Amino acid sequence: MHWYILKRLAIVPLMLFLFSVIAFALIQAPPGDFLTSYIAELAQGGSSLDQAQIDALRRQYGLDRPIYEQYFLWVGSLLKGDLGISLEWRRSNAELIGERLLLTLALTTGSLIFTWLVAIPIGIVSATRQYSAVDYLFTVLNYVGLATPNFMLALVLMWVAFDRFGVSVTGLFSPEYAQAPWSWARFADLMSHIWLPMIVLGVAGTAQIARVVRANLLDELGKPYAEMARAKGLPEWKLVLKYPTRVAIAPVVSTLGWYFPQLLSGGLVVSVVMSLPTVGPLLLRALVGQDMYLAGTIILIFCVLTVIGTLVSDILLAVLDPRIRMDAA
Amino acid sequence: MQPGSELVPVEKTDRVPDGAGESAEVVAAGPAVYVAPAWKLTWWRFRKHKLAVACLWVFAVVALIALAPEFFATQDPNATAASNAYIPPQTVRVLHEGRVTWPFVYGVRGERNQRTLRMEWALDEETRYPLRLFARGYPYRLFGLIPTDRHLLGFEGATGRDTPRLLGTDRLGRDQWSRLMYGTRISLSIGLVAVALSTVLGIVLGGVSGYFGGWVDNVIQRLIELLQALPPIPIWLALSASLPRTWPVTWVYFAITVILALLGWTRLAREVRGRFLSLREEDFVTAARLVGASRSRVIFSHMVPSFTSHIIAAVTLAIPLMILNETFLSFLGLGLRPPAISWGVMLQEAQNLQSVVNAPWLLIPGLLVIVTVLALNILGDGLRDAADPYSS
Repeated sequence: MHWYILKRLAIVPLMLFLFSVIAFALIQAPPGDFLTSYIAELAQGGSSLDQAQIDALRRQYGLDRPIYEQYFLWVGSLLKGDLGISLEWRRSNAELIGERLLLTLALTTGSLIFTWLVAIPIGIVSATRQYSAVDYLFTVLNYVGLATPNFMLALVLMWVAFDRFGVSVTGLFSPEYAQAPWSWARFADLMSHIWLPMIVLGVAGTAQIARVVRANLLDELGKPYAEMARAKGLPEWKLVLKYPTRVAIAPVVSTLGWYFPQLLSGGLVVSVVMSLPTVGPLLLRALVGQDMYLAGTIILIFCVLTVIGTLVSDILLAVLDPRIRMDAA
Repeated sequence: MQPGSELVPVEKTDRVPDGAGESAEVVAAGPAVYVAPAWKLTWWRFRKHKLAVACLWVFAVVALIALAPEFFATQDPNATAASNAYIPPQTVRVLHEGRVTWPFVYGVRGERNQRTLRMEWALDEETRYPLRLFARGYPYRLFGLIPTDRHLLGFEGATGRDTPRLLGTDRLGRDQWSRLMYGTRISLSIGLVAVALSTVLGIVLGGVSGYFGGWVDNVIQRLIELLQALPPIPIWLALSASLPRTWPVTWVYFAITVILALLGWTRLAREVRGRFLSLREEDFVTAARLVGASRSRVIFSHMVPSFTSHIIAAVTLAIPLMILNETFLSFLGLGLRPPAISWGVMLQEAQNLQSVVNAPWLLIPGLLVIVTVLALNILGDGLRDAADPYSS
């Protein structure tokens, strides 16, 4: 068990290194660098820099060095906790990202928990009542959920809420709490707003994961041990919940590996539509404004979150499924 | 039992399903048997899935629109008229003064609200425009070749700016119905091209991975894992944000397909590799090897036929994902840019609550996205089930 976790942990630095290279490549991708956009911006404001000043700045930011040195400079400052300065906002990136990251995490994990809480019972019902009306209903919902872009769902729900109830369900806080320091009242306010985006974000995944549970459980229900328990007269619901379900939901944990990146992705779009103060809209603005260091930092943060997500899921899977930890030992 | 999955003697033709009689070839040597190629078996199984067949028809209609949007459009999709902004849809009606008549639409009358200064549109029940099929409209070239001015739909007595707008107009007074038809071409083709690119990448890399095994397999599999762990939308956004703003529309179009394919090939590669590995162990492949078939014969006449239907199914399931991804990118303003028209570009008009409340019909392109993606998903699932010889 410990051996397995250690082996798993050993991959993490490699993954982080590769992701940081990808993020850095994305920063470098647009034509021109940090300084050319800075100069362009100054020119727009009417002021300009002479060549000596430009060269001095170039040296100061290390832009005259080869690309791999620039990469190590960037990673080095990240490791020291210095996320750099946003060109567009003239504030430190850490300050910009700070609370937004917390809210992103709250939204994503909330959605994840919602998904599991809803998907697992649906999967169990669909499998035990295969080809019943309930099963068909969930099949239809699954297809529709997969086909609906989540921003459509968000827009339609917002529209219905506005049209029918006259409430505007955008943002994560009421105006009076938006800038306020954290307090219980602010937390309660957050909770009263966050549930709708959480559901919007989780719907498609709920349908997919319910299918996974259903398929796994159907496989398990026909196995000899289930027949055996049935033959011994165990009530069906007790049987299902006690043995096959435990086997069937273990792989759900491993869906975290692809579901977490998907939630981060989807959260970006939902946040833009519902004007949520998460990292997503900040990334979009940074990309549109070519504020590439801010954008690269956010993308790297997304990648780090994914690495943590997969790590947690692998460890959970080992805890839940003895076959995996035995294999690795 | 699957039709034709066993060797059926000639005498028992009643056990062969319809269509098998004329298509099965009789092998001359030895006792006569019916032989149907793998794709034909797949097709027979697919035909039994009524919903999937219906979805094939839906997709055919969408594809037809994508082929000749000019024919289905009623107006020039790029013609703007600020005074015609936000006209609600003029729905086709068959009831007039309580009597059923030939389908028609009512005209609209606009009046500026003196307090809000917004144009407010009301139905004008005095003017009626009867619907005409294959009517004359604006001139265009069908398939870019044949000059004509025939359109599927037309309205008698309405020309130019009065032409009724079946799905309303947007902020710039452009006809949504016509834009939707043109958008279908770009949205569908971007999905198809991106999937074609990722299929090539997926088959090559997946095939190499499955064929060579060993460290090559290991490297490719780890690469796939790495790419799948990336949150796709932020990466796509970053890549398309780095496209130069000065690029013409067609360059951006192809760049977007490449960007989508760059992360999109991994699922297909997995599928191809998995198929390759499992087929290698199949009894019929072993049997073919044992009777002394050459390696190329084993691969091309035994493995590939039972392989292609799976690939077609996997590809069909990949198209809707690509269509959705393009919609996301364009919706967020970093995909295709106007004057290109795609479903995502159109939905950009409905990006906030205010525009949806003012003009709910701006969400209609989203319905077409849902219908197309739904149809392709069901179609793909149907094909996948049909391609699996062990499914019941």
